[in-house]
Amino acid sequence: MLQITNLVKSYGKNEPVLNNLDLTVEGSSVVSIVGASGAGKSTMLRCINRLVEPTSGSIKLNGMELVDLRGGDLRHARRKIGMVFQGFNLIDRLSVMENVLSGRLGYVSLFQAVTRRFPQSDIDRAFHLMERVGIAHYADKRADELSGGERQRVAVVRALMQEPEILLADEPTASLDPKTSQQIMSLLKSLASEMSLPVLINIHNVTQARMYTDRIVGMRHGNMIFDGGPKDFNQDALDAVYGGIESPDEEGVDSANEERNTAEALS
Amino acid sequence: MTKDAQVLPTRTWKKPHFISNPWLRYGFMIGLAVYLVWAFYSLPFNWERIAEGIPRAGQIFGGAFPPSFQRSGLLITGFTESFQIAFLSTLLGVLLSIPISVMAAKNIAPKPVYFLGRGIIIVSRSFHPVIVAILFVAAVGFGPLAGVLTLTLYSIGFVAKLLAEEIEEIDWGQVEAMRSVGASYMKALIYGVFPQILPRQIGLSMYQLDSNLRASAVVGIVGAGGIGGTLMNAFGRYDYDFAFAILLLIIGVILISEGISGWVRKKIW
Repeated sequence: MLQITNLVKSYGKNEPVLNNLDLTVEGSSVVSIVGASGAGKSTMLRCINRLVEPTSGSIKLNGMELVDLRGGDLRHARRKIGMVFQGFNLIDRLSVMENVLSGRLGYVSLFQAVTRRFPQSDIDRAFHLMERVGIAHYADKRADELSGGERQRVAVVRALMQEPEILLADEPTASLDPKTSQQIMSLLKSLASEMSLPVLINIHNVTQARMYTDRIVGMRHGNMIFDGGPKDFNQDALDAVYGGIESPDEEGVDSANEERNTAEALS
Repeated sequence: MTKDAQVLPTRTWKKPHFISNPWLRYGFMIGLAVYLVWAFYSLPFNWERIAEGIPRAGQIFGGAFPPSFQRSGLLITGFTESFQIAFLSTLLGVLLSIPISVMAAKNIAPKPVYFLGRGIIIVSRSFHPVIVAILFVAAVGFGPLAGVLTLTLYSIGFVAKLLAEEIEEIDWGQVEAMRSVGASYMKALIYGVFPQILPRQIGLSMYQLDSNLRASAVVGIVGAGGIGGTLMNAFGRYDYDFAFAILLLIIGVILISEGISGWVRKKIW
């Protein structure tokens, strides 16, 4: 169970990107988060695995507080949180298998990581998952030789290799064509139920959000303004989330993000 | 619309001057001209000696033809030593430049480490290899060790700087993905950073081997071992034909290594 309470994130003295956000995700439900660019969807997701440092508030995953973790504890917690990115973020020059096995980096020793001597159980799991999503025959291909949909499957498998307790997907279909993006969405949905895994998906495509998820959360200017089933997400809710005045520029958020990524970035 | 355009027929445009202030512009031009005239007249060109030197230069070039490959034993030992110096110093320099480049990359190193890394690079870049070689020859004596040390430092300065810049331009998403799976700093470095800079790293190493081969001939002149020493001795004994043979061989070796490194870089990309 994921429990977010009073989450605040602000960059410097600017308007907070997240404003006292509360969200609880129980069981293995697939939750989509919709909202205009700059609404804070991506920031919220990144606060959960602490790629972005929350300013204040609490995030609990299965009872464990994530906000004040440091160093090794933080890395241990991150192992249990899988993440899929909009740009796939595969290691382009490594093979598909290496990319998939990199999902185990939190579990193996540095020596095993450098020499690629992953435990047999990891390799079995990798082949099993790759077969499940239909990419096993690409195992020794370089990741950048694959098509967009295939790369996102690799990324999904990498996240599942972590044996996660929750899966975060940050606009996983935004770089894909309509048909492939539907395939990825239905894959995420069926994997969630097969592995009884809660999944949080940031998504722009409202139709797909309605089709493939159990619950829709609408965000605007860092506030949650809608929370309900796909059927309740009607025209009024859509207007409330996307309509009206222009949302704040996302550029600002991104550049502030990057500043934070320097120096302590890898820690 | 068309009428409006016809009302303003005399609009012209000229490229703005590079220095917009006319006083500054003409002042700069005049200053430059005055300095050039002064510099030319104040340097001690001795035209008589230059005139005497021209036939001597002719003599040297005349003596150099045809090049003599008779003392091939000396040639071979000189070149083998140069190769060894170049290889060793490239290997050492490249290996050392990996951690230093990580230290000197703003996006992955904490501020104090970053300044330390940049400091090392700046120091190893501030002197020409010949000056460094003179210092090392004084410190460890004549011979190849001085050459290896010199060129290692030279390699660090060059490779670490360019590698650090490469690290600063990597796709951050890949690093972010490695952090999100719970990888430590070292693991994220090895999986998220190094694969991205690998082709550049290999290309730079090849280039540096090239460059060290050339430089090893130069530092040999001041006593740091290799073919440079042989060349210097040949000049000292007025064996211009032998010296010319050495020069030809250096050109040949550089050409070959240039070809090989180009081929390898293309294969690896």
